[in-house]
Amino acid sequence: MSRMRPILISVVLLLIACEHPSPPTSVSAAQVPAPATSPTKVADHFVPPPESTIPDDDFGKQVALGRQIFVDPGRYAKAYVGNQLSCENCHLDAGRLANSAPLWGAYPMYPAYRSKNHHVNTFAERLQGCFNYSMNGKAPPLGDPVLVALESYAYWMSKSEPIGTSLPGRGYPKLAKPALTPDYARGEVVFKRDCALCHGGDGQGQQAAGRTVFPPLWGPQSFNWGAGMEQVNNAAGFIKANMPLGRGNTLTDQDAWDVAYYMDGHERPQDPRFNDSIPATRAAYHDTPDSLYGITVNGQLLGKGTTDR
Amino acid sequence: MNALRATLIIFCMLCAADALADTPNGATLAQQGNGHGVAPCMACHGADGSGQAAAAFPRLAGLSQAYLRKQLDDFANGSRVNATMQPVASELSDVERDALSEYYSKLPLPAATPSPAPNGEVAQLGQRLATRGRWSNALPACEQCHGPDGVGVGDHFPPLSGQSAVYLSNQLHAWQQGSRHNDPLRLMQSVSGKLSDDDVAAISAWYASQPSVPSKEQQP
Repeated sequence: MSRMRPILISVVLLLIACEHPSPPTSVSAAQVPAPATSPTKVADHFVPPPESTIPDDDFGKQVALGRQIFVDPGRYAKAYVGNQLSCENCHLDAGRLANSAPLWGAYPMYPAYRSKNHHVNTFAERLQGCFNYSMNGKAPPLGDPVLVALESYAYWMSKSEPIGTSLPGRGYPKLAKPALTPDYARGEVVFKRDCALCHGGDGQGQQAAGRTVFPPLWGPQSFNWGAGMEQVNNAAGFIKANMPLGRGNTLTDQDAWDVAYYMDGHERPQDPRFNDSIPATRAAYHDTPDSLYGITVNGQLLGKGTTDR
Repeated sequence: MNALRATLIIFCMLCAADALADTPNGATLAQQGNGHGVAPCMACHGADGSGQAAAAFPRLAGLSQAYLRKQLDDFANGSRVNATMQPVASELSDVERDALSEYYSKLPLPAATPSPAPNGEVAQLGQRLATRGRWSNALPACEQCHGPDGVGVGDHFPPLSGQSAVYLSNQLHAWQQGSRHNDPLRLMQSVSGKLSDDDVAAISAWYASQPSVPSKEQQP
């Protein structure tokens, strides 16, 4: 067989050559001028300074390092990261984008009392929370170079803002309560239609060349049960304003609530504050209708945590 | 004599088996066409599947099988308008489309020489759009979907590296004009509508100058 093939192939090749003396010549899609780009909307919120103005001195070095950590913590703050996420996954445009919990929205609001831990938190302590919960890692100690760099980046980005004033675009938008109670089955329909393309049908995201391109939304490599994004209201606000990427504000509010419920209705790493039992931990830290910790969703009691990393 | 007869019989059986084979051979199709109207793919896309930069024929080697298959279907159904590929794809049968998609997806990445890097301002704009986007205009960075250095991600986000500037620019203009509208969730139609001609030229030149590195799954 293998010795016959070359003969056959040669014969076919000759026939083909006669039949098609020249390759097609036309070039793909004609080039016609592009439609005019819509003018950039005048910003109705604070605009952080351009990155080109990061000073070229010892302070600027920390700002630049803070930005690097922010976009790639798995590389630049490796010791404190326990999953495949990056700060930039939930704080888009390296923490600069309004309605995506920008750093310039958070920085001037600290120190602040937080009901999450019942005391006044400095900005550095707030950053520690990100590592404990959203990054499912461990908090860098106060004064650690990672926190110094991140705080420098946030401070630099907030230049000339008022202190202690909640600015438009801070955090995620607060959506009005939906007409229908958020629902797992409706959320699954939205997920399959608008999210699975990038995040995968199993919500585990996609990687390329060793980097997370689309973040895992639940499971062992996602944020843990202590993160703010586990609350359906927070997730709904983020999703409404920012998803699908580059097409924010195209989902209906109801869709955003439903798909947020679907995402948060899956198991994820245990809350590091876990104490004694799921009901006790729910009572201590998740006593809100916006948390599904300790609730049975789609037949599964949530809050068991994930075992494999 | 008997030996000769037996050999002849076996030869004929092999010929028949070859002609009647249900599964067409991707390599054969790529190198010789399908024998009833479809020219060899390699005539335009190169023997190694690296394409022809000057003529805007794209690289096919190493692209996702599902992506390649979808493009063939879309050329045939007109959701990706292309005068050259429409008749070609239409003349390919279902199994031939499968065989070709599989063949090209498994071709090793050709060691193509990237085109020279663009000059200062164009390079800056291209790199910025590729790696940071322009969020003041709700424009994500190319690499947020196409992966670091444009290596491509999964079945829906093809590699941008290893493609020529003229091919990339043709595609971005095709998305803008609607002659290509086979993108899932209208992602590329949305993104391309936020690009000026200068943006398109800069992105295309930027990715054409990047080395084509393989997309590889890696769990930490």
